[in-house]
Amino acid sequence: MAEGFKTADPLEYHKSFLKENCRPDGRELDEFRTTTLNIGPISTAEGSALVKIGNTTVMCGIKAELALPPSDTPDKGYIVPNVDIPPLCMSKVRSGPPEEQAQAASQFIADIIESSEIIWKEDLCIEKEKLCWVLYCDIMCLDYDGNLLDSCIVALLAALKNTLLPKVTINKETDLPEVDLLEKCPININRQPVGSSFAVFDNTIIVDPTADEESLATAVMTLVIDEEGRLCTAHKPGGTTLSGEKLQDCMGRAVTRHREISKLVDKILQSMKK
Amino acid sequence: MDLKVHEASPATREFGCEQNLLSRPDGSASFIQGNTNVLAAVYGPAEVKVSKEIYDRATLEVLIQPKVGLPGVRERAREQCVRETCEAALLSSLHPRSSLTLILQEIHDDGSLLACCLNAACMALMDAGLPMSCLFCGITCVINMDGQIIIDPTLQQEKDSRALMTFAIDSIDKRVMMSSTKGSISVQELQEAIALSQRTSERIFQFYRSSVCRRYSKTAAN
Repeated sequence: MAEGFKTADPLEYHKSFLKENCRPDGRELDEFRTTTLNIGPISTAEGSALVKIGNTTVMCGIKAELALPPSDTPDKGYIVPNVDIPPLCMSKVRSGPPEEQAQAASQFIADIIESSEIIWKEDLCIEKEKLCWVLYCDIMCLDYDGNLLDSCIVALLAALKNTLLPKVTINKETDLPEVDLLEKCPININRQPVGSSFAVFDNTIIVDPTADEESLATAVMTLVIDEEGRLCTAHKPGGTTLSGEKLQDCMGRAVTRHREISKLVDKILQSMKK
Repeated sequence: MDLKVHEASPATREFGCEQNLLSRPDGSASFIQGNTNVLAAVYGPAEVKVSKEIYDRATLEVLIQPKVGLPGVRERAREQCVRETCEAALLSSLHPRSSLTLILQEIHDDGSLLACCLNAACMALMDAGLPMSCLFCGITCVINMDGQIIIDPTLQQEKDSRALMTFAIDSIDKRVMMSSTKGSISVQELQEAIALSQRTSERIFQFYRSSVCRRYSKTAAN
């Protein structure tokens, strides 16, 4: 009976739950789904992480390569993020060139890396004007059930914390880089940005929308906060308007979420060291 | 060319707008903010590909063409922002199973490009006569190294800033429809920037009104 109602009129189905201040999967309006994290699943990558927020599964792999520093910033390395949404995760996606959602997500992650200064690009430079590290961050969605951006940020953060770069020295005589694969050191992570996504249904705001809720929502917003409570980005690509007080409430929720995720990432990293 | 100089506020640059300048599209508009110039064209409601059709609404497609080169990832992100803002403003349920195409060509970028795209888009949608529930305007603000908030920055001001924010404000309640920020900001700074943008939006909506009045008074006189 409920399944029939859900298929026939999904909006009314969801609204009937929102009236009672809860959601079809039993969550409260401000409750996130269970987040699980697996750090280092890919052994061939320099750093990797697998994140599951509810059913949404996102994998991030980081590969490091040596390159010439860009000519306008000779003392910095660079990070190239790429978000891939393959047809495997969603029926809407067809194989072929990346869709708008994937490209917009890639740009979003690139902006976060720059705005939050998650790592100092100077740390990636080995020798000014001659050699630097390039970190290719490939983020792939394996199962899409809403809230892609939050999962991508957590996966990226966890993978970067797990990344070990081999020591590189430049041989003075041959002027060629010498990579010492046995001696590896982690990258220095400056800030820990954590994202929280909200979906707006007219006047109600829910946290961590599933794919159904996202498609029915009138607006979606993602707030990314670092540990000092500063906003790295307030990304709301259109939709119904949001008042100032609602924005404040969302900020509060985002701050709490930051603490939860930071604790989770630290706990997993600690358990890995043992 | 319809021009209005804003002398009262030192914040915004000169605005300029011209509607109906292209003959083929159903609606077109050119919006100028200082030296930033964006040309918008709207085609629709027209036939839609069966794979893209939505049974109860019109399908809006936005294409942003940069001045040099092919559209890349950055343009896709801007397209998403413009598309979702337009979809919220348009009464697309009046044209089910139809397509609306909005093309934005960057003529010159001297800062505040996304805001200029939004303004040009709104004027073009108006020119095409598409039904909308509200108008919207785009406003870019930056926070420079001294902590000052500058509205409608030039490209140089954008480069020297530590944070860049673009908001789309609706005409009825003056609330934020779209927000896209870059750089690290505190919540207070965000709230201040939103308040400042809401005040500036009044002027932009006045400009829309006077621009459209002037255009129709010319045709009425003829």
